[in-house]
Amino acid sequence: MLSIPCPHCGLRDEDEFVWGGEAHLVRPRLDCSAEEWAQYLFYRDNPKGIAFERWHHRFGCGQWFNLVRNTATHTIEMSYLIDAQRPDL
Amino acid sequence: MSRRLPTGGVIDRNRTVTFRFNGREYSGHPGDTMASALLAAGVDLVGRSFKYHRPRGLYAAGLEEPNGLVTLGAGASARPNLKLTEIELADGMEAHSVNCAPSPEWDWRSVNQLAGPLLGAGFYYKTFKWPHWHLFEGPIRNAAGLGEAPTGPDPDRYQHRRAHCDVLVIGGGMSGLAAAREAALQGRDVILAETDFVLGGSALWRGDTDTCRAIEHELRAMGNVRILTRTCVFGAYEHGMFAAVEHCLDGTYAERLWLIRAGKTVLATGAIERPMVFADNDRPGVMLASAVHAYVVRFGVLPGQRVVLATNNSSVWPVAEVLRDAGAEVTIVDARSDPAEPPEGVALKAGTLVHRAKGRRRVKAVDLLSRSGASAGALDCDLLAVSGGWTPTAHLYSQMGGKLHYTADLAAFVPQQDDGQISLVGAAAGEWGDYNIDPIWEVPGPGKKFVDLANDVTAQDIAIAAREDYRSVEHLKRYTTLGMGIDQGRTSNVNGLAIMGEHTQRAPGEVGTTRFRPPYSPVTLGTLAGPDSGMTFAPIRYLPAYGWHLEQGALMEEHGPWLRPAAYPRGGEDWQTAAQSEAIHARTGAALFDGSPLGKIEVCGPDAGAFLDRFYVGTASSLKPGRARYGLMLDEHGIIMDDGVFVRIDEQRFLVHTTSGGADRIAAHLEEWHQCEWPDLDVAILPVTNQWAVMTVSGPEARNIVHQLDTDIDLTDFKHMQWREGTIAGLPTRILRASFTGEASYEINVPASHASTLAEKILTLGARPIGIEALMILRTEKGYLHVGVDTDGTTQPQDVGMAGPLKRKTSDFVGRRSLLREDGRRADRLQLVGLNSGDAFLNVGAQVLAPEGQVPGPTDGHVTSSYFSPTLRRPIALALVRAGQARLGEEIELYDMGKRLRATITSPVALDPKGDRLNA
Amino acid sequence: MYRYSAATLLRQAMTDQKGWPAAWRSTSPKARYSVLIVGGGGHGLATAYYLAKNHGITDVAVLEKGWIGGGNTGRNTTVVRSNYLFPESARFYDHSVKLYEGLSRELNFNIMFSQRGMVTLAHSRHDLEAQRRWANAMRLNGVDSELLDREGVRSLAPALDFSEEARFPILGGFVQKRGGTARHDAVAWAYARAASSMGVDIIENCEVEGFEIGPEGPTAVQTSRGRIKTGAVGLAVAGNSSLLAKQLGLRLPIDSLSLQAMVTEPVKPVLDTVVLSPAAAVYVSQSDKGELVIGGGLDLYTSYGQRGNLPTAQRILAGVLTLFPSFSRLRLLRQWAGTVDVVKDSSPIFGRSPIPNVFLNCGWGTGGFKAIPGGGWCFAHTIATGEHHPLTAPFALDRFEKGALIDEAAASGIAH
Repeated sequence: MLSIPCPHCGLRDEDEFVWGGEAHLVRPRLDCSAEEWAQYLFYRDNPKGIAFERWHHRFGCGQWFNLVRNTATHTIEMSYLIDAQRPDL
Repeated sequence: MSRRLPTGGVIDRNRTVTFRFNGREYSGHPGDTMASALLAAGVDLVGRSFKYHRPRGLYAAGLEEPNGLVTLGAGASARPNLKLTEIELADGMEAHSVNCAPSPEWDWRSVNQLAGPLLGAGFYYKTFKWPHWHLFEGPIRNAAGLGEAPTGPDPDRYQHRRAHCDVLVIGGGMSGLAAAREAALQGRDVILAETDFVLGGSALWRGDTDTCRAIEHELRAMGNVRILTRTCVFGAYEHGMFAAVEHCLDGTYAERLWLIRAGKTVLATGAIERPMVFADNDRPGVMLASAVHAYVVRFGVLPGQRVVLATNNSSVWPVAEVLRDAGAEVTIVDARSDPAEPPEGVALKAGTLVHRAKGRRRVKAVDLLSRSGASAGALDCDLLAVSGGWTPTAHLYSQMGGKLHYTADLAAFVPQQDDGQISLVGAAAGEWGDYNIDPIWEVPGPGKKFVDLANDVTAQDIAIAAREDYRSVEHLKRYTTLGMGIDQGRTSNVNGLAIMGEHTQRAPGEVGTTRFRPPYSPVTLGTLAGPDSGMTFAPIRYLPAYGWHLEQGALMEEHGPWLRPAAYPRGGEDWQTAAQSEAIHARTGAALFDGSPLGKIEVCGPDAGAFLDRFYVGTASSLKPGRARYGLMLDEHGIIMDDGVFVRIDEQRFLVHTTSGGADRIAAHLEEWHQCEWPDLDVAILPVTNQWAVMTVSGPEARNIVHQLDTDIDLTDFKHMQWREGTIAGLPTRILRASFTGEASYEINVPASHASTLAEKILTLGARPIGIEALMILRTEKGYLHVGVDTDGTTQPQDVGMAGPLKRKTSDFVGRRSLLREDGRRADRLQLVGLNSGDAFLNVGAQVLAPEGQVPGPTDGHVTSSYFSPTLRRPIALALVRAGQARLGEEIELYDMGKRLRATITSPVALDPKGDRLNA
Repeated sequence: MYRYSAATLLRQAMTDQKGWPAAWRSTSPKARYSVLIVGGGGHGLATAYYLAKNHGITDVAVLEKGWIGGGNTGRNTTVVRSNYLFPESARFYDHSVKLYEGLSRELNFNIMFSQRGMVTLAHSRHDLEAQRRWANAMRLNGVDSELLDREGVRSLAPALDFSEEARFPILGGFVQKRGGTARHDAVAWAYARAASSMGVDIIENCEVEGFEIGPEGPTAVQTSRGRIKTGAVGLAVAGNSSLLAKQLGLRLPIDSLSLQAMVTEPVKPVLDTVVLSPAAAVYVSQSDKGELVIGGGLDLYTSYGQRGNLPTAQRILAGVLTLFPSFSRLRLLRQWAGTVDVVKDSSPIFGRSPIPNVFLNCGWGTGGFKAIPGGGWCFAHTIATGEHHPLTAPFALDRFEKGALIDEAAASGIAH
């Protein structure tokens, strides 16, 4: 059971949240290639270690935010606002 | 024959409790476990072993007990597979040994012992293949298993609680008490959890009970310490979360699940003694030395008069002393060649091993072997206490990935402490007193030498695994089932892997241990599920006018999360008949349908129109205030996600209607896209589904009824797909003219608390209530799409006749790019059509056959909706059919569970294709 | 290969079990192999076996970073079935079930394939309709299926809650009688033993650390046990597919998530079939040993931790008790998790990769165990011929660009 730092609410248990997948995906324009569109829709870094993700505090403030989490150890490095730049880590 | 000593023990000798075991009555004292009471009563046989059904007696005094398994209680209240050592004795208990028939004394499956030589590790992988495994499986299944499962719903209740603390101390022995005291004196909030029903741990027999009581009193007097006894911490999870189960005696709950988030955790979980591995080391009367120690001192029970203490280390010296003091004749048989002097009055045979235990139902004697391999005679005895060394209880540490290191000095895997969050103290950290071990993993010689008593795994089984190259510790475990019994390998793992190491020329540290998994001790499923099973698993939602519907005779049925009227049967008719007449009534009079679950989301702000344009297949921003439009929403994969009518209330305000099941999903979808992708758009998304009840009046008489309502809304020239707002009888009211029946309809929204009042008013004006079933008949007659029924997770807008709106719109919206992929442009996609099957009724789920008509063979689609139309007086159906829109008029064949049927492909609209009724 | 039989058991019993030979040869790597299979799970070992048996290619090594069968092969709930809606899926998985049916005898190793049936429950009229579609589709796909009414379900699984108060009333369901369970570890060991006896090298404790790729494809693989030259590489490393792909410079449409499984303490027989409830999102069977084997949905975020999180386990158990209230007093004995490759359409990714002579066998999601024989069969074909096997061609990587997903769960509304 993770303890997740919502940037708006502070530390809360993971059952208040919904995982939303890889963060900072860039949505291609309508005239993009089929390959670009497939990359955006399906292909993921899926790293073992530090991952940049977006999460939704569904049973809390309702806000989406970004989280840096280690997928092997489940250690959480930091969280930051949904529209903030990806930090250098 | 009572074995209770005249004095001593942490038991209340002034009171007696009676209980039944295998049909006979026994008594004990408060403070006893059922194990100690049975031992005191002279019961030797408590069960039969898992595979060979060998007679077994009590082996341990704690959770490591492998033999004494019982079902406590009976029927729906039964608790199978409890260890006698974990049952706190209470008056009136009734227990039966598991897995023996009829009793531990006489068990017909003990014939398995005859086949013993055949049943080595992996024997079932090597046979039973011919002619077929099924022939053998039934008897094997019946022989396996332990206790009987309860026969009915659980009468007990279970509670869930969460707690936070600065320091969680796990284990209430001396080390744990000291750690709790130290943290508490520093002002920390402390939780101390102890599995046992008294604090003290091994100090209850090894140390000083008075000191334990003194510290306990000190802790209980502090405001910042919570002591949980009867509480087993069984799981370690991320970020300092621990799960524990508390056995409750308060009568309300049977057990309580604690989820404890701790800043720091101290493991004071002690250590567990290991058996010695020699022939017939499982005979009743063979016990762990520490168990003997506990039974004598804590429970005042002397399990035998002539005791052999077989050891390879010094930890049994105090055991010998208490046995001697209790009046037993004691001989230590020590594998080490020059151990310390024995306690006064205790005999010692150094450099000697117990080679074999003799006696079938009770140990009678032991054969001895010198370390040089020569026979060293025999000793008569009635109790054989063994100590093959100790293993720190580091399961919780390992669960979180903590590493254990083999330490040769201790002949044990000891936690390698490197983490500030979790620390180990006392025996759990490998700190124990005079020890000086000389590990003897397996005593040489023939015979059944049990390593894992719970699963009947012998040293020979390990030798077979080594020979066959199942050498990894995981292969060893899986091939032999070592450590997989319900004692979870507490006494067997280290001996097993060390013996494997000896066979494969590896030190125990090279073989390594398996990683421990939760739970540390078995946990009742009901405790883990707590209050979340049964009716609360997926809570049912009730309509605001639920009671009113019942008064009207509604038959309620679950649709999504909602309980809704399926139909209102009258005068004994069945619901299908009722639905038919309700549907007729909607086409000829006026029907009242409760559409309250319909999703309602207000989207407000200067960019509301532009925002919705990015979701709908059609356009929202061009809509005029007071007007409504139908729209489809897609997910990013181009799949139809939801549909509904949206309304423009004013320039900056839209009301988005969704399907009943889609209300929450679509609100979340809009929020996600707004927050994550288009935060620059100035909109707010406000779900209002629960605020407004919706009573829909539909049918040729609908207009008359609405006009009789006491409303200030201007109803003149109020056309299909228009929206107006005002009041009815002073209540805020919104009316949308939209239709899912094909008849002129008025969706009247009022505050939810007034739903019944409005419904009653409409009823008195002459409308008849109709249920979901009638609505489905009506919408199917009209070919109106029901998302999730006529579409599935592969259906795109071009498949349901929405290619036109797609072409007219040029801008991007969610899912659009996905429609342009190769698969979206296929001409042979499944498309929504109607089917006319004459008089034959088509079941939903019937498959459309390809023109060749082969079964098995390719499919050309399937029936999605099917009803008997009372208006058309024939069956009607909708179907997804391959390239269906280009095949109108074509006759097709269908397949339905062995039957073949025929139908003609038609337009989905079976009634009133021009829509005259809508505008009537 | 040393034949296992009742007679050999007897002979060994008389000689104190001292004559059993190694089940497989655990060896050190040679300098070069024609084919390297990365991943010593069921799929990798089955691939090696069928390369040898069907294609005569025995210059093969299976590289396993830990112990064989230690990934998802040894962590799943052992269900085998082919009750699929789409023809592409049904054809492939039914081929796999058919191979399972003959496997114990073919490999001379009892994998305990027990065709005790797989029952899917219907709790509403909508479920009944969806399952009629499914059962009909299965028959068109040539797979056995039968619809069940309430009494039909009761006769197969009487421990379910048939009371009036049941949260999920049981209206009926459908059954695939050829579905069932098998002994998971045994599948890996049986393939390892058979492949080894035909000359395949099984190399444990050998982690792949990098690939050397030339214009024609792979030339060597760097491992923790040294550099091994090769001309072809097959990846069968479920859970870690993205990590190996990254070493090849590839990205895959995969997320790695934990999938939990758990067992109770063993009890006498109470459940004689596999029961799946889509509404409760759980499935349950009882092992030959008597343990109830329980599975459910995926954990809710990516993880390589190989450990399940507690809220998901609790949700799964609440679902089980909602269906089987009498199981409430049984106790959870073990809980564990595997790391599975999750793909949008829950169908595998199979066949050629963008790099010549590098082949992919991944993306099995929650259902890779039942696919082991079929996966090995088809993967061996692909590696031997360089071409897709007809049964697995629909599962090629290019379906993501085309949008030609094979999404059973989405089509049926029933998780699988």
